[in-house]
Amino acid sequence: MLEVQDLHVTFTTYGGTVKAVRGVDLYVNEGETLAIVGESGCGKSVTSNAIMRLIPSPPGKITRGMIRFKGEDLVSLSEKAMRNIRGVDISMIFQDPMTALNPTLTIGTQLMEGLYEHQKVTGQEAKRRALEMMDLVGIPNPEERLKQYPHQFSGGMRQRIVIAIALICEPELLIADEPTTALDVTIQAQILELFEKIQKQTGVSIILITHDLGVVAKIADRIAVMYAGKIVEVGTKREIFYQPEHPYTKGLLRSVPRLDLKGGKLAAIEGTPPDLFSPPEGCPFAARCAYAMEVCTHVHPVKTSLSPSHQVDCWLQDERAKKLLATSSPK
Amino acid sequence: MVERILEINHLKKHFDMGRGTMLKAVNDVSFHVNRGETFGLVGESGCGKSTIGRTIMTLYDRTAGEVLFNGKNVHELPTKEKFKYYRSMQMIFQDPYASLNPRSTVREVISEPMEVHGIFKNKKEQLERVYQLLEEVGLNRDHANRYPHEFSGGQRQRIGIARALALNPDFIIADEPISALDVSVQAQVVNLLKELQVEKGLTFLFIAHDLSMVKQISDRIGVMYLGNMVEMTAADQLYERPLHPYTRALLSAIPIPDPDIEESRERIILEGELPSPINPPSGCVFRTRCPMAMDICAKEKPVWQEVEQEHYVACHLYQESSGTSAEPKVNILSK
Repeated sequence: MLEVQDLHVTFTTYGGTVKAVRGVDLYVNEGETLAIVGESGCGKSVTSNAIMRLIPSPPGKITRGMIRFKGEDLVSLSEKAMRNIRGVDISMIFQDPMTALNPTLTIGTQLMEGLYEHQKVTGQEAKRRALEMMDLVGIPNPEERLKQYPHQFSGGMRQRIVIAIALICEPELLIADEPTTALDVTIQAQILELFEKIQKQTGVSIILITHDLGVVAKIADRIAVMYAGKIVEVGTKREIFYQPEHPYTKGLLRSVPRLDLKGGKLAAIEGTPPDLFSPPEGCPFAARCAYAMEVCTHVHPVKTSLSPSHQVDCWLQDERAKKLLATSSPK
Repeated sequence: MVERILEINHLKKHFDMGRGTMLKAVNDVSFHVNRGETFGLVGESGCGKSTIGRTIMTLYDRTAGEVLFNGKNVHELPTKEKFKYYRSMQMIFQDPYASLNPRSTVREVISEPMEVHGIFKNKKEQLERVYQLLEEVGLNRDHANRYPHEFSGGQRQRIGIARALALNPDFIIADEPISALDVSVQAQVVNLLKELQVEKGLTFLFIAHDLSMVKQISDRIGVMYLGNMVEMTAADQLYERPLHPYTRALLSAIPIPDPDIEESRERIILEGELPSPINPPSGCVFRTRCPMAMDICAKEKPVWQEVEQEHYVACHLYQESSGTSAEPKVNILSK
C-alpha cells in the first residue's frame, strides 16, 4: 500500500548538513502493523515525518527518493494535494498527548475539524461521527466530554482523543510516533489494547515508531530496525526476535532487561551512535560491532535476503565472511 | 549480618496547595534499606517515589514520621552533623541534560562538592581526584576541561555519577537515572552502577518506573501507589509471587520483548486512571481500580504487615486478624 524507496532527508544547519535519513526502503501492506525501532537520532521520526511531508523546509529537505502511496509519489505532490491526503488517507499520532491538542478549543471542535475540512458534512452528521469515535476509543460520557477542554482530561484520555482525531476521517494508514512513551505502563497497556481493537475493526495499516521492544513484541507484524539513518534489518516479528542476523539487532535485544528472566549483567553495546554530520563511509555500526572486519569500515554492506520478508545489511552475510568466520573467532 | 543503614518510619509528606487543600504526596510509608544492597522504589508517575527520595535527602522537610540514617533522625541533625550526613548521602538525577550546569566545565562540576565540603587543601590534589573519578566512571582525564554540551546523554550521566561519588558517600539515591537514555546506553549505565557498588560497597536507593530495569538492579523492591507503599519484598519474590492486585496488574502490563510469551500470556488491564492525591479514595487507595475490591476496602485502610518472611503487603485480601497467611481469602487468580 505504501512504498518508500531510497529516501534521503538532510537538514542544513550552521554546523553543517545533517544526513538524518540516508537511503531508506520500506513498504507497508494493507491491514498490517510495521514497527520501526531504533535509538534516538536514528532517523525513525524523520522518516515518518517525510512520509507525511512534514519536514520543515528549510532547513530540512528530501534530497532523493520516492514515497509511493496508492500509485502517487508523495514527494512530488503539491502542498495543496498533500493537504487532501493528510488526515484523510494518512493520519499521524504524536508522542506527547499534552501538547498535541489545542488547549483553547473544546475536544468536540478539534474532533470535528477534520471532518468539516475534508468532507461535506452537516453539523449533526459531524457530531454523530464524533460521538461514534469517542465510543470507539473508550471515552465514557461522550456527549458531555465533547464540550470539555483538553486540560480536563488525563494523559491517557488525551491520547485516546488524539487517536480519535486521527481516525475520524477513516484513514488507510496511521503513523504513530512513540504513542505510549509519555504514558504510565498501566495506561500504556490500555492504549495498546485499543490499537489492536481499532485495527481489527477498521482494518487500518499502522506504522508504529518506538524504541520499546516490549511494545513491538506485543503489537507489530513486521519490524524494521534503524540505525544511523538506515534500515539495517527488516523482517517479520518472529524473524527479528528469534533469528536476528545483524549484530546491532542482536545487541539491542540482549541489552534490554527481561522481566521474566533472572538478572545478571546486561549485555550493553559499548560506544555511541555515529555523528550524522559526517556519517562513516562503510557500515555505520562498524565502530561498535564486535564482528567488524576491514571491509566494514570502507564499504557499506549490500542487502542480503534471508527470506522473502527478511533482509539484512551486513557483510557477515557475504560468502567470504562466512568462510573467514569458520576458520577464526571474533575478537 | 544485615545492618539497616536507612530506616523510614511512617513517613508523611503533604504539600499545602492553598485554600485548605492538601496534596498527600507520601502518606504513611515505612521501609528500610540494608547496608550494601540496592533497594528499588517503583510506581507510576505521581505515586510519591521521588518525593520520598527528596525527603530523605532533606530537600523537603517531612510532615510526620522519621527518616533514620545510621540510627539518627536526619531532619533533626545539628548543623555540623548535617554536613557529615550530606557527605555520606548523594543523589543522581534523572535528566542529564538539566542536572549539569552548562556554564561549568566537567572539572568544575565534579569538584564543586569537594570545595563546598573543604576536602582538599590544594588544587592539585583536588584535580588528581577529579581525574581519578572520571576514570572510575569510564571517561578519561582529557574530558575534564570540556563543557557538558560536548557530551552524549550517557556520558553526561557518567559525569553526574562522578559528581555523586566525589565525596565518597555510603549511600546514593538515584532518581530515574536512566529513563532519559537510549536502551543500549541504559545497559551501560546500569552495569557501571553495579560495578561501582561492588567496588565501593555502596548502598543504592534506585527510584524508577521501569520495573524490568529495577528488577535487574535491585535486591529488594517496594511498590508504591498514590502515596502509599502497597508491597515490599525481595526482587525475585516480587516477580514470582506478587501478592497485591496492583503489583500483579503492573507486572502484567509490562510488555515482554518476546513475541511467543507476549501472545500467550494473560493480561490484567486496569480500568480507569490514577485518582488525584489531593482527594484520595477512602480506605484502600487502590480500590477504585482494583478488580478484587470488596466492601471493606472502602471503609478501612489496609494495614501494612508482613504476611510471609520479608514480604510486606497492605491489602485486605491478606488480612486475617493477626494470624497472617499469604493465601488470599478470595481466589485472586480466578478472574
